[in-house]
Amino acid sequence: MNILEFTILVGLGSFLAGFLGALTGLGGGVVLVPLLTLLFKVDIRYAVGASLVSVIATSSGAAAAYLKDGFSNIRIGMFLEIATTLGALLGAFLAASVSTTAIGIVFGLVLLYSAYTSSRAPAESPEDSQPDPLATRLGMNGTYPSLSGPKDYHVHRVPAGFSLMFGAGALSGLLGIGSGAVKVLAMDQAMGIPFKVSTTTSNFMIGVTAAASAGVYLSRGYVDPGLAMPVMLGVLAGSLAGARVLARTKTQQLRVVFALVIAALGAEMIYGAFTGKF
Amino acid sequence: MFRKADWTDQKVEVIIANLLRIGVTFAATVVLAGGLVFLVRHGLSHANYHAFVGEPTDLRSWMGILHSALNLRGRGIIQLGLLLLIATPVARVAFAAFAFAVERDWLYVGISSFVLLVLLYSLLGSAV
Repeated sequence: MNILEFTILVGLGSFLAGFLGALTGLGGGVVLVPLLTLLFKVDIRYAVGASLVSVIATSSGAAAAYLKDGFSNIRIGMFLEIATTLGALLGAFLAASVSTTAIGIVFGLVLLYSAYTSSRAPAESPEDSQPDPLATRLGMNGTYPSLSGPKDYHVHRVPAGFSLMFGAGALSGLLGIGSGAVKVLAMDQAMGIPFKVSTTTSNFMIGVTAAASAGVYLSRGYVDPGLAMPVMLGVLAGSLAGARVLARTKTQQLRVVFALVIAALGAEMIYGAFTGKF
Repeated sequence: MFRKADWTDQKVEVIIANLLRIGVTFAATVVLAGGLVFLVRHGLSHANYHAFVGEPTDLRSWMGILHSALNLRGRGIIQLGLLLLIATPVARVAFAAFAFAVERDWLYVGISSFVLLVLLYSLLGSAV
């Protein structure tokens, strides 16, 4: 295969990943690395580097669309970014010392977990109770618009959420993904933040988290311009197109199909790791 | 313009979202331009990303990338676009720190500055 053919095929695959990721809300990054390593036989370190760059592009590109809803909470996001960026640095340094086989196995497990969480309906926001005093001190409590006017919400269990976010950052730096599933787990389940606030805030955080590890990847020579170019442009175009279509389609069935694809890729990654493909 | 009353969190977020969109559009344009140069010159060479060799030093550091891009090398221009892309969220955090300072919210000026330091540590690691 010559570079022109390779660029076109990878660009099309990345477009599809970004498109389905935006349409289902599961993010395109999670299928990119399996696509590049299993189908295009790219070394997993190059694949993770290219994926990280595309995660920054989609997160920043989608920010304006999310913002129209006015749900995101800049204080929650900024405070938790302390945890995700430090985690991302750790993940990026681990990526250099951990074997590619281990990276493949961890990646497969994360894919299976993402497929599992996405097959469940998003949990209803819990009844509001007493907030964590720490959250009040940090000015995290806020309001979001609902049909019955602005609704107050309070933030709970800040230390638990902070720890989970450190883990999300480490996974992001190690695997080159947005770790949206873990971020939403931290904010929804641990901190009791309403679903609409947590998803938009998470999108804001993903770009900053990925930037923290992308610098390390770049200086270590893991970001190949010839590969990152079609991946970044393809995913960005795909996710913008997906966000545009999203408003007019029912995505429930598509979500189930995409979750099955993710689960299959997860199994394939683990199998590939044990048979020494990476 | 820098009066406190004009700077609500909502307004700051709108400015940040536009900043991000402009940054990404600009970076993607540079990457696309570099990609065209790269494909015109090397499109018919054999593609090999299976074996990991790592990038040469002039595609790893700020100065190397800048030098390569100024010489209109395709891969250097792409890499410059990717650097701009990575710098976009960094600019976002820097702007948030500034906005919190206008709001006189010193706790969050501190928090944003810390995040900014972590990002700069990562990015400037590739300075030399």
